[in-house]
Amino acid sequence: MAPKRTIRSIPQQRTPAREQDPAARRGNFEEVTLAYNEAEATLESQRCLVCPEPACTSGCPVGIDIPGFISRISAGDIRGAYDVLARTNLMPAVCGRVCPQENQCEGVCIVGDVLEPVAIGRLERFVGDRAIAGGFARRPYIEPNGLRIGVVGSGPAGMACAADMAKAGCAVTVYEAFHLPGGVLRYGIPDFRLPNSVVDAEIEGLRRLGVRFECNTLVGRLFSIEQMIDELGYHAVFIGTGAGYPAMLGIPGDSLNGVLSANELLTRCNLMRARDFPAVDTPLPLGRHVAVVGAGNTAMDAMRVCLRLGAEQVSCIYRRSRAECPARAEEVHHAEQEGIEFHWLTAPVEVLGDGKGNVRALRCQRMELGEPDRSGRARPVPVPGSEHDIEVDQIVFAIGTNANPIIGQTSGLALDKRGYIAVDETLATSLAGVYAGGDIVTGAATVIEAMGAGRRAARSMKDYLGLSDPSAPSAPGGLFGIPREERNFVRLRIA
Amino acid sequence: MPDNQTESGFEIVRREDFSDVTYLLAVRHPMMARAARPGQFVIVMSHPEGERIPLTIADFDAAEGTVTLVIQAVGKTTKEMQQTCTVGTRLHALVGPMGVPTHMGAAKKVVCVGGGLGVAPIYPQARGFKQNGASVIGILGFRTKDLVFWEDRFRAVCDEVILCTDDGSAGMKGFVSDGIRQAIAAHPDIDEVVAIGPPVMMKACAEATRPHGIRTMVSLNPIMVDGTGMCGGCRVKLGDVVKFACVDGPDFDGHLVDFDDLMTRLRRYAEEEKAAVARWSETCRMRALLAAS
Ligand SMILES: Cc1cc2nc3c(=O)[nH]c(=O)nc-3n(C[C@H](O)[C@H](O)[C@H](O)COP(=O)(O)OP(=O)(O)OC[C@H]3O[C@@H](n4cnc5c(N)ncnc54)[C@H](O)[C@@H]3O)c2cc1C
Ligand SMILES: Cc1cc2nc3c(=O)[nH]c(=O)nc-3n(C[C@H](O)[C@H](O)[C@H](O)COP(=O)(O)OP(=O)(O)OC[C@H]3O[C@@H](n4cnc5c(N)ncnc54)[C@H](O)[C@@H]3O)c2cc1C
Ligand code: SF4
Ligand code: SF4
Ligand code: FES
Repeated sequence: MAPKRTIRSIPQQRTPAREQDPAARRGNFEEVTLAYNEAEATLESQRCLVCPEPACTSGCPVGIDIPGFISRISAGDIRGAYDVLARTNLMPAVCGRVCPQENQCEGVCIVGDVLEPVAIGRLERFVGDRAIAGGFARRPYIEPNGLRIGVVGSGPAGMACAADMAKAGCAVTVYEAFHLPGGVLRYGIPDFRLPNSVVDAEIEGLRRLGVRFECNTLVGRLFSIEQMIDELGYHAVFIGTGAGYPAMLGIPGDSLNGVLSANELLTRCNLMRARDFPAVDTPLPLGRHVAVVGAGNTAMDAMRVCLRLGAEQVSCIYRRSRAECPARAEEVHHAEQEGIEFHWLTAPVEVLGDGKGNVRALRCQRMELGEPDRSGRARPVPVPGSEHDIEVDQIVFAIGTNANPIIGQTSGLALDKRGYIAVDETLATSLAGVYAGGDIVTGAATVIEAMGAGRRAARSMKDYLGLSDPSAPSAPGGLFGIPREERNFVRLRIA
Repeated sequence: MPDNQTESGFEIVRREDFSDVTYLLAVRHPMMARAARPGQFVIVMSHPEGERIPLTIADFDAAEGTVTLVIQAVGKTTKEMQQTCTVGTRLHALVGPMGVPTHMGAAKKVVCVGGGLGVAPIYPQARGFKQNGASVIGILGFRTKDLVFWEDRFRAVCDEVILCTDDGSAGMKGFVSDGIRQAIAAHPDIDEVVAIGPPVMMKACAEATRPHGIRTMVSLNPIMVDGTGMCGGCRVKLGDVVKFACVDGPDFDGHLVDFDDLMTRLRRYAEEEKAAVARWSETCRMRALLAAS
């Protein structure tokens, strides 16, 4: 047994992650943050104090046993570390890359009180990548139970629900409207943050569990949610269709050519591979001077994509200050390194045209932080007479999303007053056997929260289908042929 | 991806060529053939590197399990499909039906107007109104006689058909908006006009009915990407209100639509489109030369 670590005995510096040089990466879509190697991961793992009551675990939306997996890295047992992670997190390679760790696990890590917190996300990614490369994910023998589950949407919420139901022995089919599965992980988050090869590997893992993917299927229009139960014979349905429906700028000139949503830009670039135009058919107009309105993850991705597509100057227009910026800290830092110009406390008021239907400039106004609003954040108030024009030929807006209307238009499901699907605390909707979770319930949130919702819905579905009956015979090998250890997989903690 | 349709694609089972720029494809998709309603559309990708393009469902046959698309070769994708999409080949992706089906209200006398390619998608609507018990006047517009198609189909479901050609080579000489004026003069009791065609034509139709206050529905064709309400690329203006054609439409009240905005936005990728066609034609020419030599 190694001597107990103390805040004084651990490596004081957080092990830096190697990064692609900012100048070089502006011109490519390769990953920006490089993975820890084994030595770096081991070194960083030694910074964890293995707290008996770990704060970090309560900061993680799905309650990962963080000291558990980190101490296995220290012991050189990467496989074991993966097993600990896999109990609660379906996709460590994804979450390690995209979770806003500074607000979640790392934000409350005890080491962070004195030093830089343990790099939990990077360690998680290290293990997740190793698991993909080494093919760790088991293909357990799962005894089919004859129940059929339909999942609508192949984003993180749908994937997590599908995995848990498949492990419970159900025949799971995931329906996706696009021609490729993955949701925002595929069409939204660019390769330099989350390579599509990682998404492919996770999808492949689900296929190995027996999950079927049916792409090109717009549920609601090809068949309704009700028909899935009544005619297609699904015993239960999960809806994870994401948020979509980008909010418009709502200022004069916002339909001029050259004004587009970040979703459109990112979908053209990531899913349709427009960056290879004309080798592929989908075009993407290249702005030379681009303004991106908003400062969340979507905005950061849009800005950095524009840079990589060859824009000379990319400006971020955000009406609050850097302190309120909702994007992951690492992305803001990377964007600054890459030369994005940040205009904090600036709000757009009008898009100016060139008289031929194209964008010429964005008229902005400076803001001051006033009294806190209902969300507790300081409310930006315009500074009179501070209008100024920023010369741009493309404007991308990333100012949030509204609920996607399709399922609401085509089913009898109760919606909340903003148009999102209404659910109770078990994620049950107003239709028996139909559950929903992820962005279509909460509005735009995070990958790990969507996955947590998918798993919570799976647990409720199992209750509904009588699969988690505590009096069910628990054979020595485990319930439904699932090893006992695997059953922990459903024990999910949601803050 | 062994278990999804993307790998195998969607089989083309019939093809007809109406003219050297207009062709029909019937594609096997039994589930969609049952679900489709007049006014809805699909998004097609002909190959994995292709663009996602929206096409109206011009007809659907639940018994045969097919949906029919009528396509005009206007740019890279549609010209390439004209060459490659033969019977027995497969479309890489086909998703739909998309959009809100046309509302077939209690209208008693309806005018269904199709201009050029719009003639195909207006057909299921004319048939639908007829089946609903309405009296249907079909107005079909083409540039010239050689481009006329489906006149017989319309005669079978309409109480009256007005054929218009720009040059007068078939039917009356004039635009469909002239046909509308003629129909309104003859029938003061028209409840509704439905028009599908190029934006300029739909705009002219809306102007023809505006003075008479006749409800006029048009089917808008902005550039789309996903067709699920996620990208906002298909947004259109109805006065000050912004709507997404793929999920809120594609049918809208023609008297509210800002057609000028639509037409400007359709030119968004004009340069890239021109370059793509030029590049593609060049490749075709080179291939032909190689084959010949
Ligand atoms: C650009 C961008 C960057 C982001 N960056 C981060 C980040 O760094 N970290 C983080 O934690 N979060 C990030 N997020 C947020 C995160 O991606 C989402 O919260 C999460 O993906 C939501 O998952 P979901 O499963 O609910 O929906 P989605 O991922 O949106 O997936 C929904 C899927 O359902 C499909 N669908 C929709 N309607 C239908 C239908 N009717 N029939 C069939 N299929 C349908 C859609 O095509 C889509 O594939 C980002 C979001 C964006 C847009
Ligand atoms: C709801 C809807 C229904 C449609 N129905 C039909 C139909 O039944 N038959 C048919 O032939 N065409 C239809 N269209 C138009 C068709 O999608 C375009 O002609 C096609 O995308 C052109 O692709 P291209 O590469 O061949 O030409 P491009 O070179 O891309 O463009 C040529 C012309 O088509 C317009 N266009 C380009 N891309 C699109 C797009 N994604 N959506 C709309 N217009 C575009 C351009 O503004 C340009 O004027 C429909 C469009 C919509 C939105
Ligand atoms: S899933 Fe996200 S929040 Fe949870 S431990 Fe991993 S990186 Fe942290
Ligand atoms: S709070 Fe920090 S130090 Fe404690 S167990 Fe978690 S990661 Fe390790
Ligand atoms: S096509 Fe993307 S929102 Fe309509």
